[in-house]
Amino acid sequence: MEIFWFVVLNIMLVTYVILDGYDFGAGIVHLFFARTDEEKQSIRNSIGPFWDANEVWLIASGGVLFFAFPTLYASSFSGFYLPLILVLWLLIFRAVGLELRGQVHNHLWENLWDKAFGIASLLLAVFFGAALGNVVRGVNLGMVENGISTQEPHYFFLALWNPTFDPLAEHQGIIDWFTILLGVVAVVTLTIHGANWIILKTSSPINTRLKGIIFKLNVVLAILVVLSAILWHYVKPVPLTNLRTYYWTWIFPVAGFVGLMGQFFIRKFKKDVTGFLFSSLFIFGSFTTTVASLFPNMLPSTNEVNPSLTVYNVAAHEYGLTVGAGWFIIAAILVIAYFVIQLRVFKGKMDDIGYGEH
Amino acid sequence: MVSISAMDDMILYNRLQFAFTITFHYLFPQLTMGLSLLIVYFKWKFLRTGIIDYNDAAKFWMKIFALNFAMGVVTGIPLEFQFGTNWAKFSELTGGIIGQTLAMEGMFSFFLESSFLGMFLFGEKLLGHKLHFVTGLMVFIGAWASGFLILATHAWMQHPVGYEVLENGRFILTNFSALFKNPWLLPSYFHNQAASLITSAFFVASVGAFYLLSNKHITAGRIFVKTGVVFGLIASLLVAFPTGDMVARNVVKYQPVKFAAMEGVFETEKGGSEIILIGQPDMVNKKLDNKIAVPKILSFLTYQRWDAEIKGLNEFADPIHPTNVPGLYYSYHIMVGLGTIFIATMLACAVMLWMKKLYQARWLLWILMIMIPFPYIANTAGWYTTELGRQPWLVYNLLKMADGVSPTVSGGNALFTLLGFIGLYILLGLLFLLLVIKIVYKGPGSNLAVK
Repeated sequence: MEIFWFVVLNIMLVTYVILDGYDFGAGIVHLFFARTDEEKQSIRNSIGPFWDANEVWLIASGGVLFFAFPTLYASSFSGFYLPLILVLWLLIFRAVGLELRGQVHNHLWENLWDKAFGIASLLLAVFFGAALGNVVRGVNLGMVENGISTQEPHYFFLALWNPTFDPLAEHQGIIDWFTILLGVVAVVTLTIHGANWIILKTSSPINTRLKGIIFKLNVVLAILVVLSAILWHYVKPVPLTNLRTYYWTWIFPVAGFVGLMGQFFIRKFKKDVTGFLFSSLFIFGSFTTTVASLFPNMLPSTNEVNPSLTVYNVAAHEYGLTVGAGWFIIAAILVIAYFVIQLRVFKGKMDDIGYGEH
Repeated sequence: MVSISAMDDMILYNRLQFAFTITFHYLFPQLTMGLSLLIVYFKWKFLRTGIIDYNDAAKFWMKIFALNFAMGVVTGIPLEFQFGTNWAKFSELTGGIIGQTLAMEGMFSFFLESSFLGMFLFGEKLLGHKLHFVTGLMVFIGAWASGFLILATHAWMQHPVGYEVLENGRFILTNFSALFKNPWLLPSYFHNQAASLITSAFFVASVGAFYLLSNKHITAGRIFVKTGVVFGLIASLLVAFPTGDMVARNVVKYQPVKFAAMEGVFETEKGGSEIILIGQPDMVNKKLDNKIAVPKILSFLTYQRWDAEIKGLNEFADPIHPTNVPGLYYSYHIMVGLGTIFIATMLACAVMLWMKKLYQARWLLWILMIMIPFPYIANTAGWYTTELGRQPWLVYNLLKMADGVSPTVSGGNALFTLLGFIGLYILLGLLFLLLVIKIVYKGPGSNLAVK
């Protein structure tokens, strides 16, 4: 049953990253690449009716984590206290920016909330990349000092940074050069992803330009991916046990690779949806590869004293997980139905919805 | 080792942060839940009668609804996170149970609400009026389902059922359906929904009264006042009887010490207890100062017998007394006092409406207009009554507040984020007020066409 919930949780998380990822990406494109008011308006239109529903995936994933893996939820949420609260504040700013912008017609007001929306999107992308970096690198579970735990073995607390920004230092921080690198990877990935969404959902003049931008960013992304793979090995030697034992798990890195390579043909795609599918595939592949290579660990320990948090030692009790599976399957079918209805109602380009005018 | 006073500070900041963020958050969902019903009513009325003013009314309230909903969402996410960030030990020990209902809320209601809200706000042209009405209905169902699942979580903390405690202190679920058959759940849910409808009905009626008094948007003003008064009267009555009465019976039965504290009963009185109307608790001498009370009424209301015995606070051991008796006592009395005023106001308005004199009765419209903040205060006071009365427990009689806090988050970090939330939410609150005033001032009907 733990494995079922592990799969469910990761499917939900990767869905969240793909969905809210495109609207963060749209925010970054809005901040850096949109020139005219029309371009900005069409970018906001492209995510108008969707961003709210996308964020529900975060809340729902949090709920599933809470209920299926309460120990991991308690440990990681209190340990990553400061970055999580900062993420909350950024999510609030971003949402407020989107919702309030259209309420007053004054260019200073509009500028202010445009920037809030863009900058919050950018920082959220950095934080989510850095979060992945923190999980990969592992944390000092039990806050071991000189070989002795100062806390219960599954609790920890991370400062935002340490003076050296070194991931291998004794007192780790959320932000070090490794996690920041993954933050940058996330920004580039989501910018490409968001640009693809804009191309898919609008017929804005920005789209032709975006294709060129995507191509250039993808070159950068390919270099960053290789670089971070090498440095990852330096920070935390990656055992390829899972890939060696279960050959089917090669699906994940292959999916990521196809997604990355496919993006280079952006200017040749006949359908607007193709680019978006490739960037989604890349996100899916890189996320699942990371998860699969960590398995069964969910939060690795960096000390010898306390064991890593795994699927097996953080899960809730069997009975709860089993009844949960019952209602979850019903709920999942409903969610898919809503999603299909939503896509059908808002099919095609979104240029005329006048988002922010309601 | 952490010193005692540093530990106390840490718990205090964590409590203040949760109390502040949840109090602020709940200002929005109480309007969302009730208003969704009223908007669905307006839309339905339009479909049935074809009177365009009702469609304009629905569209006007949707604008406020959208803004209010967005505020509810952004202030709601921090609450789910804070179980883990600030109350990690509580989450670890009880997550297998309360995580269940919280995860259900996400899966069953948030997806429903948010998917259909997009269609409801942007889809009138794409969908046509009938389907548009259906999307509104879906948003309403999602909002009320969300309330139900949160109240189920609340009910478990107040009156835990269907669990077993393991040796390591963990609560595990042993009976899923017990969570929903919890005797605490339905009375609290209906009481809360009626209270939420009061907020919305007063809000709508108050805006209507404002239009009538300022002599503009007269048609809309009349619709708002009429609808607000009818719904407001029903809700004000329901919140007292039977729902409020049922909730009080649960408190007497399962949490007698909370009951004694909220009613301000320090001593057990032979031959029946008086009901306290006014008075200030003196916690040093364990008595009530300056009290005005009516003899024997409390016993009668509680047990329908004039001489029924009600246990006073002084009969319970100090460690299980609610930690803030005066706060609890005032919250309860503010809620009940305001509830009485709501019934009186709405009855007066309903009588005048029936006599077709309400739209001309400026004094009554004035009262209706300035009532707008009070349902918010009453709702908040009601929640403070139930939650302050739960102290010193997180899970009633089983897990104490101090044993649920995050072990590694220092008081300094908690205070830092508390200050951040205060600053951010003040900004949000001001912007919300400003924009609602702007929407109200602009009024319904004018340039509302969907672009």
